[in-house]
Amino acid sequence: MKKIFNFTKYYKKFNVASLILIFLSLLLLMFKGLNFGVDFKGGTLIEIRSENNTVNIAQIRQSFNKMKLGEVNVKKFGKENDYLVKIQLRESNNPDFISEINQKLSADLGSSINFRRVENVGPKVSGELLRAGLLAVFLSLAAMLFYIWIRFEWQFSLAAIAAIVHDVIITVGLFSFFSYEINLSIVAALLTIVGYSMNDTVVIFDRIRENLRKYTKIPISEISNTSTNETLSRTIITSVTTLLALFSIYFFGGEILKGFSFAMIVGVVIGTYSSIFVATPILNYTNVDSKAVLKTDV
Amino acid sequence: MLYFSKLKLFVIYFTIILLSFFCFLNFLNLNKESFFSKKVNLGLDLQGGSYLLLEVDSTPIINQNLQQKVLNLRKFLKENKIKYKNIVLQNETINFNLVNDNSDKFVELFLNQNNTINLYYGKYRAYEMDHLIENNLVKIQYSKYGLVELKISSLDQSLEIVRRRIDEVGTNEPTIIKRGNDRILIELPGLEDPNRIKKLLGKTANLTFRLVSEGENVFGSELLFFEDESKKLNISKRVILNGDSLINAQPALDNKNNITVVNFNFDRAGAKKFGRATASNVGKRLAIVLDNKIISAPVIREAILSGSGQISGDFSFQSATDLALLLRSGALPAPLKIIEERTVGPDLGEDSIKAGAISLVIGFLLVIFYMLYKYRQLGIIADFSLIVNLIVLIGVLTIIEATLTLPGIAGIILTVGMAVDANVLIFERIKEENKNEPSIIHAFDTGYKKAQSAVLDANITTLISAIILFFLGSGPVKGFAVTLGVGIITTLFTVYFFGRHLSSFYVKKYKYYKLS
Repeated sequence: MKKIFNFTKYYKKFNVASLILIFLSLLLLMFKGLNFGVDFKGGTLIEIRSENNTVNIAQIRQSFNKMKLGEVNVKKFGKENDYLVKIQLRESNNPDFISEINQKLSADLGSSINFRRVENVGPKVSGELLRAGLLAVFLSLAAMLFYIWIRFEWQFSLAAIAAIVHDVIITVGLFSFFSYEINLSIVAALLTIVGYSMNDTVVIFDRIRENLRKYTKIPISEISNTSTNETLSRTIITSVTTLLALFSIYFFGGEILKGFSFAMIVGVVIGTYSSIFVATPILNYTNVDSKAVLKTDV
Repeated sequence: MLYFSKLKLFVIYFTIILLSFFCFLNFLNLNKESFFSKKVNLGLDLQGGSYLLLEVDSTPIINQNLQQKVLNLRKFLKENKIKYKNIVLQNETINFNLVNDNSDKFVELFLNQNNTINLYYGKYRAYEMDHLIENNLVKIQYSKYGLVELKISSLDQSLEIVRRRIDEVGTNEPTIIKRGNDRILIELPGLEDPNRIKKLLGKTANLTFRLVSEGENVFGSELLFFEDESKKLNISKRVILNGDSLINAQPALDNKNNITVVNFNFDRAGAKKFGRATASNVGKRLAIVLDNKIISAPVIREAILSGSGQISGDFSFQSATDLALLLRSGALPAPLKIIEERTVGPDLGEDSIKAGAISLVIGFLLVIFYMLYKYRQLGIIADFSLIVNLIVLIGVLTIIEATLTLPGIAGIILTVGMAVDANVLIFERIKEENKNEPSIIHAFDTGYKKAQSAVLDANITTLISAIILFFLGSGPVKGFAVTLGVGIITTLFTVYFFGRHLSSFYVKKYKYYKLS
């Protein structure tokens, strides 16, 4: 017989912790904001590889300063001679904009410079992408709300959505805290987190509903604790396998997927935590009872 | 739950074998014509190439059309004996005053569905123009639908010209499609430096032949610069001929002066017109103007009746080639603006493929070993399902000829991590059942049955995310949505059909057994 772990005891503490984290995330979002990439802010992004080992980041910065392109951000990107340059300015009228930068840079650094990737996004497009991204996140929340409401009762739906909103806010808050860049793939990660967190919550809720039907006399708090315990080993194993896959992307999948896999790793950890310590206690607070689940015949 | 009819088994394994076959096709090099030459396409981020989003700037077209409209309107009012005064075009609106209080008559004619100056669109049940009359002051501007029609028609023309220009450059399998009312999306796989194409698309290539206004007579002319912006000349606004009359243009080396020139031919009507114009203007200068910049302005020495000519400017061979190309492919109806550009070099694409493959293999092995460690023999069932799942997934992606992007590879790896969840749910349930039920068959049977609703719910939630992402995401992210979504479906298939069938072998071996 496995040991029954009493989660109920920790609900209060973790709920307070979650509330604090949400509050801090919202503060960060309000006062620090997010570091939007060129996808959402517009501008030019260039991934550079120099053929010459002696080139250093200060030289690259200096060369860009001389070009007077406004705000330019240069950072290392993965391997030794790889750099990522973000330029706020976007020259749409000059088709030679990129090749002129390349020429000046090569001349300044005295080495052939390879532009491995160029992304140039105009203000109109970046605005549209941002709107589409936000719409995608809200739509997926709404779709989940609707799905759970159909499959379960409103109490379950409410608790599950609260948990997802919790996950999304904290993940985005972490991105604000670390000033990590938000781009299109991060939005994809957020949506997948929404799906994953929901997936995790649904499995526990499914068991709670089953047990509520089976044991009509036992109060919800006890039922949810038993159900959490019964599904605990599944919750852990699935998180582990998903994290194994994600760590593999993070460490071996190349620099471009780093942000995406980081967001996913954070999201999976928070999503797993929230199914146990956010969704389930909220369901308890709604005082859902056997009557609610017995009338439906799903 | 563990019994399968012969027919069902046949269908299941036939599907698996068929999809494995398609998966396998990716590793063969079949020639293109063969039906079995299907392959997963690599996205631009993996094979390298350029993505350009262009927007047609329709403001000049609107003004051009409105100018024409003013002329037509004058004629129309005159024909119908409606007196007017002060007709002006201002802020994309035509304003004029009706003189004799005959606004009713005007409106009646203007809204006649067969009138010639205000088209009626049956499909929208709306007119081309909106009008407003206040105290005999008439204001006319394009209606919403009029603008849509105008944009669509200039987009269609632009698309044709863009296609011609890109085809002339001769890139590899370009994709050129419309996006919305005023955008053109271009994908150029394998193109390393889009600079030349960007330059070619950045020019409207409006070529005109006009006389240079000499001396004091500058009425009806405009001051235009030479291309290098050093000198300027007064050029008559009257156009003798424009680029539409050209039928051919080629770069050539002029042996006499050893410079690069562009030779061109007029069509028949153009040649006649050009001959007449040059005959009556011998001694004057003729300007060749491209996009409001003077390329050259030679003196007309004699009438040019041959219908062919030569443009000599300060050309390099490359710029002469490009000018000839632009002249051959025709002028764009409106300027195009590049509003989004994404270019990936081929070496980065290769690196991404390598990194994606390595992380897939590592993630896959980690999950496989973890499942073996956790579930021992049951783990073998899960692992076999996972391998089949991966093969089937790639098979489906091949059949639908999906485009594989870097985030798409991430989607496959993520599927590997999340696919075992279905098996985990089932195995955990089986173990629970097995606690009070010594019969393994029974435990498996109820395990599969009871886990079903959780497995379905859990996968549908992720599928919803994938679908939303597919419709709202763009480019590489769409590739992620595709692999994630297809991955969920293949997971359900392999776990509930293939994995369950494998389980039946396991059950036969251990009839009564206590799972740890």
